[in-house]
Amino acid sequence: MPGSPIPAEPHSPGLPGRNGSAPAAAPAGRSATPPSPAETNAIASAQAGDHHAFSLLYALHKRRIYSLCLRMVGNVTEAEDLTQEAFLQLHRKISSFRGESAFSTWLYRLTINVVLMQLRKKGLSVVSLDEAMEPVPEEGPGRSFGAPDLNLAGAIDRMALERAIANLSAGYRLIFVLHDIEGYEHNEIATMLGCSVGNSKSQLHKARLKLREALRNQPRQEARL
Amino acid sequence: MNDHRDQASCADFQERLADLIGSGEDLSAHPHLQTCDRCRALLADLETIAAAARQLFPSVEPPDDLWRQIESAIIEEDQSE
Repeated sequence: MPGSPIPAEPHSPGLPGRNGSAPAAAPAGRSATPPSPAETNAIASAQAGDHHAFSLLYALHKRRIYSLCLRMVGNVTEAEDLTQEAFLQLHRKISSFRGESAFSTWLYRLTINVVLMQLRKKGLSVVSLDEAMEPVPEEGPGRSFGAPDLNLAGAIDRMALERAIANLSAGYRLIFVLHDIEGYEHNEIATMLGCSVGNSKSQLHKARLKLREALRNQPRQEARL
Repeated sequence: MNDHRDQASCADFQERLADLIGSGEDLSAHPHLQTCDRCRALLADLETIAAAARQLFPSVEPPDDLWRQIESAIIEEDQSE
């Protein structure tokens, strides 16, 4: 519900609780299990041109792919178009899948490239995935000393946070979505995006700082309802 | 003088914060956080933002008719080859 406050939780997947508790389990959207024999068979059959097998792969992965697209663009119609384009690309390229990485990881990377290409077409400040992952120190938000504390430990306004995430550059948004929302670990993100683990950690940290900065700049009554 | 020392200490801590958070270790016992309200508040804010964002975007199913659109596009592509 737009405008409603989001109550704070004690911790997130990437930020261990200050009481030392373990990080939360991966979000429901993320597949943490190895591929089933049915999926392995479906991949092989789809590579051989079996249409029914391809529809099975769609059924297995549609939720994660659609959710990723929606989280990246924040618009249902665009997310549907991007999901369609991702599966069309998959259909064109599935014969090139060699099983060197998990199929879900491969499909995810393919989808990320589709999303970034679309954002670039729209003229947003998006560069290639590799460039998006390059550290840009001069763009990083300043350190926090001397600045007033935000002290968000109650609630964050939903719309303010949505706006702040939407205003992140694509590279920061991608890392934030993959880690904090999708629940991927830094080593998985590094594999998916072809960057270093250190780069992934650093980009995520900068994304969170930028969000904090954006929320801090909200009018007080909007920032904390 | 003390301010300069404090800022240097905060700068050092925040410089390493991405790695510290990424390591998944419990930061509550970190010596700097024992004495620095500002960095403790920063960490709390980052935790709150990450937790709130997870609630903001639940995983959702695409509409049922999306497969039919994809299927039609695939058939169209296959026929044009």
